[in-house]
Amino acid sequence: MKKLHVGEILDEQVEFTLSELCLICNSEESLIIKLVDEGVIKPKGENHENWKFSAIHLKSVHSAIRLEHDLGVNTAGAALALDLIKEVERLRFQLKLYEDSHD
Amino acid sequence: MDYKDYYKIVGVERGATQDAIKRAYRKLARKYHPDVSKVKDAEAKFKELGEAYEVLKDPEKRAAYDQLGSNWQSGQDFKPPPNWDAGFEFSDRYTNYSDVGSSDFFESLFGHAAGSRAGYQNYSNSQSRGKDHHAKILIDISDSYQGVIRDIVLKTPEIDEYGKLVNKQRTLNVKIPKGVKQGQKIRLAAQGSKGVGSGPSGDLYLEIEFKPHPVFSVEGKDIYIKLPVAPWEAALGATITLPTPISKVELKIPPGSSGGSKLRLKGQGIPGKPSGDIIAILEISIPNAKSEAEKALYRQMEQTFKFHPRKALGV
Repeated sequence: MKKLHVGEILDEQVEFTLSELCLICNSEESLIIKLVDEGVIKPKGENHENWKFSAIHLKSVHSAIRLEHDLGVNTAGAALALDLIKEVERLRFQLKLYEDSHD
Repeated sequence: MDYKDYYKIVGVERGATQDAIKRAYRKLARKYHPDVSKVKDAEAKFKELGEAYEVLKDPEKRAAYDQLGSNWQSGQDFKPPPNWDAGFEFSDRYTNYSDVGSSDFFESLFGHAAGSRAGYQNYSNSQSRGKDHHAKILIDISDSYQGVIRDIVLKTPEIDEYGKLVNKQRTLNVKIPKGVKQGQKIRLAAQGSKGVGSGPSGDLYLEIEFKPHPVFSVEGKDIYIKLPVAPWEAALGATITLPTPISKVELKIPPGSSGGSKLRLKGQGIPGKPSGDIIAILEISIPNAKSEAEKALYRQMEQTFKFHPRKALGV
């Protein structure tokens, strides 16, 4: 029988320290700190040493890193893009509900 | 193997300046970036674009590519001429844009991609821990209610006994726990690349994506459904049957409901602590009057209801 691997859901309950987040995102601390400064992710805790990042931020961090690398934008630009992407997603969702009921 | 016209992919003439290539690339990169774009094959297009730019932005690679000649058509069957690259030096021959994504065409010219996407890898701050792997997994909404077991095929670049880089394929039997949401990641500890030396293995991260559903839409833990009701059901109230992603439930429509009203079924959405809700959006479905009896009924309604649907318009 094949071995069954059970996935662990990375939800609000799972938290990472700054160095754990760097390891997972293959990123430098300075970049994560910039993302915090731009308000892309909001850790709990006062200073770098006791920051705790919720696992639900992983997607935003990954996206920000990719946007910076692939499009040559800076952190502020990536943060703006992420905000706009979220807004577009929200509007698309609303539009879908609206369109569906007016076919 | 198909010939790839990198100039056509980036959308520039063969004689374009490096600046023009960069501008054209950036513009298309914004259009097809998988984080930004909702174009259907954005990811494939972006990969192809990245590969083209990888060659054209590098004067050495571009020169080597150019000397293949301009008589090739995109998609034409291609074999590199013997010693085609004699006289060219590749300072970074084995760095490449993406890990397993390069086309055969690219690899026949510039060698196999080594390691992960250049640039991401530069951030690596672990010397011996194996690389984490990331993959997307497509599941049904109902799978998030019950959990699901899936075989996941992973391709990992590994160095074989001859020192050559090969894509090793392996299948992993994975249980996706119930309660996962769109865009959420799940972690499989130690299922990434093996560590170097005594270093621990990396982890495998799977990003959940729901297949589009004809009836349900998902936002976070909540499930939306548009619910057609007859005018009399909305006006008089009714108890109707509503599908959920895994079963059926009874729903009470209060009298005097109108189109667009939202009815919330607490705790019937994606399971969790707390569970999400199902939100039904009422849509009044109006029957056509075909028979004489039906038409008479509409006329009677017209006379009985003193109804002015355009009152607010002031006419």
